[in-house]
Amino acid sequence: MTLPDKAAVLEAHAKNRAVASLLTSLPDAILDAKFDCGELTLTIVKDQIREAATAVQKAGYNFLEDVTCVDWYPSEPRFHVVYHILSHSLKERVRLVAPVDSIDPSIDSITAIWPSANYYEREVWDLFGVRFGGHPGLRRIMMPEEWQGHPLRKDYPVEGYR
Amino acid sequence: MADLPQFVATSTLLEPRPEEGSKDRTMVLNMGPQHPSTHGVLRLVIEIDGETVLKVVPDIGYLHTGIEKTCEAKFYQQVVPMTDRIDYLSPMTNNLCYCLAVEKLLQIEIPERAQWIRVLLNELTRLNSHLVWLGTHAMDIGALTVFLYCFREREEILRIFEAVSGQRMMTSYFRVGGLALEPPLDLFDRIQKFIRIMPEKIDEYQNLLTGNPIWMGRLKGVGHLSAEDAIALGVTGPPLRASGVDWDLRRDMPYSSYEKFQFKVPVSNDCDVWARYIVRIEEMRESVKICQQALDGMPEGAIKADAPKVVLPDREKMKSQMEALIYHFKIVTEGFTVPAGQVYQAVESPRGEMGYYVVSDGTAKPYRVHMRNPSFATLQALQKMCEGRLLADVVAVIGSIDIVLGEIDR
Repeated sequence: MTLPDKAAVLEAHAKNRAVASLLTSLPDAILDAKFDCGELTLTIVKDQIREAATAVQKAGYNFLEDVTCVDWYPSEPRFHVVYHILSHSLKERVRLVAPVDSIDPSIDSITAIWPSANYYEREVWDLFGVRFGGHPGLRRIMMPEEWQGHPLRKDYPVEGYR
Repeated sequence: MADLPQFVATSTLLEPRPEEGSKDRTMVLNMGPQHPSTHGVLRLVIEIDGETVLKVVPDIGYLHTGIEKTCEAKFYQQVVPMTDRIDYLSPMTNNLCYCLAVEKLLQIEIPERAQWIRVLLNELTRLNSHLVWLGTHAMDIGALTVFLYCFREREEILRIFEAVSGQRMMTSYFRVGGLALEPPLDLFDRIQKFIRIMPEKIDEYQNLLTGNPIWMGRLKGVGHLSAEDAIALGVTGPPLRASGVDWDLRRDMPYSSYEKFQFKVPVSNDCDVWARYIVRIEEMRESVKICQQALDGMPEGAIKADAPKVVLPDREKMKSQMEALIYHFKIVTEGFTVPAGQVYQAVESPRGEMGYYVVSDGTAKPYRVHMRNPSFATLQALQKMCEGRLLADVVAVIGSIDIVLGEIDR
């Protein structure tokens, strides 16, 4: 079941713990909400990602599964940093998406909330070039340290530069 | 807001402390990437004081092949063989996870028989992977014999895989929409024969190890990881359950009809390398039980979904039906389109939570495929498990988290 817009999704999922927690503590942080293929996606203002992650964690979503990024080149905001957060007690997950523009591709790190974000964020920095403010050691993880460019960007050729 | 990242040469990841000439100066040791007990090409930079480990910094990326990037240039069905090569010890689990993700986007129903065969082969994959883990883990600790015993049984699993898919390791047997082929007629008998002997083989490994004083001495109390730390550091699978967290995706968020199977989820509160050993051994026994249930209740019916635009038609139909021939031609040359959207599908791989995040823009090629790999996250816990312990324990800890470098580096 796909609902038309943000208001309808938030209304239908008002009882969802993550939605309820975000609506009470950070009502302005939610840019968009989607429910598709049985998965809830909340788009969050990038400046408030840390607060949003804390709110979701307090709502019972205790396990950060993954942080990754999608490059929507050439549209803006170009990068969508994607967080998948799981709740062991509720047995459900929520997806937070933070759009990041290409002029200043940076977002706050959530390593203070979930230390496991360390490697995930390094991977996103390495392959997409999105910087994470406050990360304890943001350096390349997959590519050699002297590598130029960020290979998973859409304007980076599959075969690389020769 | 964001600080600029600094350029850090990996050769200077750790420096001995304090100044040169001091009596208390620590030593920085480089382990790997070509080290027999790192299970691939893992490089560790270790700071030691005498034999006590102060800090462990993993340096990864030696096997990075850009699989995620390659996937973006392939049709959806062409991604399946790529997924085998990520975690090369559990190819079927990778296949399953990717296929489930795309099937979720396509919203197609998979016939029951295909789902059950997927479960059966997945549990064999788990046995296969745990056998390699047990063999190599024991070998790292110094018990060479176990390796030979484990690979004896693994060989039979690989032969079963070969019979079913034509390949021993890179199986690529699952397809979006079902399975590639109907399995050979004698396959279920072969699996039955194998899982009948398997429990006593597991007893045999335990006879070699569980009561062995050296084995106990090297494993018990080593590599402590509390439940809070495990969750904070993203640890999943057997290491998480060995830290006392009762969480298994097969039971708690079932997929591919796992809800129809009865099995226990082994949990231990010991939080050490020994607990991880016991949890995996018990998991092997449960896998055997799941295989038996799958064989006993194997439903009849189709092995491919009724979705002609996605699933390749049978060879026979292509010879008699014009439409089947057209669909075959179209799927092979143009691929199939997938509705725009994004899904995250997670399965319980032998190493923990394996997740595929697939983003579609409505074309025949995935816009983005991202793999959430259990080993990648678990590696972060290495520092926590090793600090303050002896250098020799690092080897035991690496063995106990059962990493596969192929899926860490992708």
